[in-house]
Amino acid sequence: MAYQSEIKETAMADFFPAVVKMKTDQWRLVQICAVSVEGGYEMSYSFCKDYEMVTLRLNVAEEEEIASITQIYPCAFLQENEAAQLFGVKIVNIRPDYRDRLYRIDETAPFKTKE
Amino acid sequence: MAKRSIVPFGPQHPVLPEPVHLDLVLEDETVVGAVPSIGYIHRGLEKLVEKRDFKQYVYIAERVCGICSCGHGLGYCESVEQVMGIEVPDRAKFLRVIWMEMSRVHSHLLWLGLLADAMGFESLFMESWRLREKILDMFDETTGGRIIHSVNCVGGVQKDMDSTMLNGILEAVKDLEKEMRPVADTFLEDYTVQSRLKGVGVLSRERAIELGAVGPMLRASGEEYDARLLGYAAYPNLTVEPVTSKDGDSYARCEVRIKELFQSFDLIREAIGKIPEGDISVPVKGNPSGEFFMRIEQPRGEAVYYVKGSGKKFLERFRLRTPTTSNIPPMVETLKGCQLADVPLLILTIDPCVSCTER
Amino acid sequence: MEIEHMSKRKVLTFAGRALKNLFQKPATTSYPFEPAVYPERMRGHVEIHMEDCICCGLCMRSCPSQAIRVDRRAGTWTIRRFDCVQCSSCVNVCPKKCLTMEAGYTRPDTRKTDETFIKPAQPEEARAEAASVKAEEAEQKQQEKQKDCIPERI
Repeated sequence: MAYQSEIKETAMADFFPAVVKMKTDQWRLVQICAVSVEGGYEMSYSFCKDYEMVTLRLNVAEEEEIASITQIYPCAFLQENEAAQLFGVKIVNIRPDYRDRLYRIDETAPFKTKE
Repeated sequence: MAKRSIVPFGPQHPVLPEPVHLDLVLEDETVVGAVPSIGYIHRGLEKLVEKRDFKQYVYIAERVCGICSCGHGLGYCESVEQVMGIEVPDRAKFLRVIWMEMSRVHSHLLWLGLLADAMGFESLFMESWRLREKILDMFDETTGGRIIHSVNCVGGVQKDMDSTMLNGILEAVKDLEKEMRPVADTFLEDYTVQSRLKGVGVLSRERAIELGAVGPMLRASGEEYDARLLGYAAYPNLTVEPVTSKDGDSYARCEVRIKELFQSFDLIREAIGKIPEGDISVPVKGNPSGEFFMRIEQPRGEAVYYVKGSGKKFLERFRLRTPTTSNIPPMVETLKGCQLADVPLLILTIDPCVSCTER
Repeated sequence: MEIEHMSKRKVLTFAGRALKNLFQKPATTSYPFEPAVYPERMRGHVEIHMEDCICCGLCMRSCPSQAIRVDRRAGTWTIRRFDCVQCSSCVNVCPKKCLTMEAGYTRPDTRKTDETFIKPAQPEEARAEAASVKAEEAEQKQQEKQKDCIPERI
């Protein structure tokens, strides 16, 4: 299928170099998606170049901290703040960090637990 | 010596149809920085996918936003169909394209009206919205709803269009095209309009890609990317040429949208000419298992739908990345260095849809 | 002066159209004095033919906004009109096709109220007879309704 997205499992150590490479190759950040799975989260970072799409998949443990990619892709701040607030993913050094105040809601991490 | 001050903008403002708040840092009259803040209408609709079965959820996906409703239903259905490996009948694909292009026409006309309103050109605003009404009437007649159509379903579409309806659409498109010409000329050639739009909020191609701009915002900066060319629904059978402009200013974004309007008229005509006979849906058996990232071209730009299922009736996760989410960072970029008086206009040129963004 | 050497820069481009609109009939209808015209497919509100309903509860389970409640034992079908989003999901799943989507919106109200329909309970022997009477009545009602509708449709 033409619009299939390739999903690449990435280890934490390789993740940052991979994102930097995307940036230097002029890939466009498409989306960041968090999914809560047992014992942690599954983070998907999708990039696009022309019509090709690649998704970097990162498995994160529940308490594990991941660094923000806003230093590389400044436009990621909205989606990273969203993942941090709704799922409780520990993303550090987001610029600007809304500190769980992106959405004006009372609950903490409402999307974290499955119903 | 320039004096620095911070001016709060929104969430309530005459040009904003939906609430978004910006803290503008000004140096005299010039904006030097802006911090966007959203979150007034978060409804947690993505979470609801865990409580409603996947066939029902299409009704919720459609109700994420009023203007992008048709596209959200289409994107959700296409992604679930990809996960389940369902091949939709050809007629359904064409019907989806016709409704999708009609919704592009109505969305762009709405935006043109809002733009004219932001410039204070009231008669142009009224004219745009009067023309939009023709398309809304056609929606009402063919789908049963003016804004929320509820025609897409997993496996096809729910309603068929007979030849009277198709001819009705052709008539409406013909009228619209004729009446749209003077409006388009006004937007593109009028002195007042140009003096408000030309050279305002320039975004270069490189910066647009870097900041992840999508849709008309990206194409106005010269990048040829139109997700319709990915080949979902019946688009592979139709001629789609990405409409681009090179200046990257507000005028270019207006120009791209106007040209897309005429392109949509052509696409509707072409689709109606080529529509095959046959079934409009296939029965759906079983539950989705797997994941898929689907990209479709909404009127406001590329939207991404992510669906993850584990063989149960309820999906694990549904994610919707809307065009506005991607267009807010470029919008903040274009605000830097502009005059305070141009801020409402620049916010409008990304065609913001905050309901979609917050879901 | 500036206008002259700028190609494609015109003034008063919209004046012609605006003047034309000034002397045209209004694009809107004078609604309360003229009836609103609804297209045939309009999703306005849900109607039920309680006679055919078997209280299976499929509509209740398929409703995304949970506006419908079906009580099998009591034989009642309840809808909260203001929760209904007019998606016609219930109409699509109904096995007896006793639900229909009709034109015309729910009237505004000051409170959210339930509307309950009760399945006519009949003893076994009278059922057949009653059914035929009901059908006749329903037909009559339908005809009257259609009669009422005709001037509106036109």
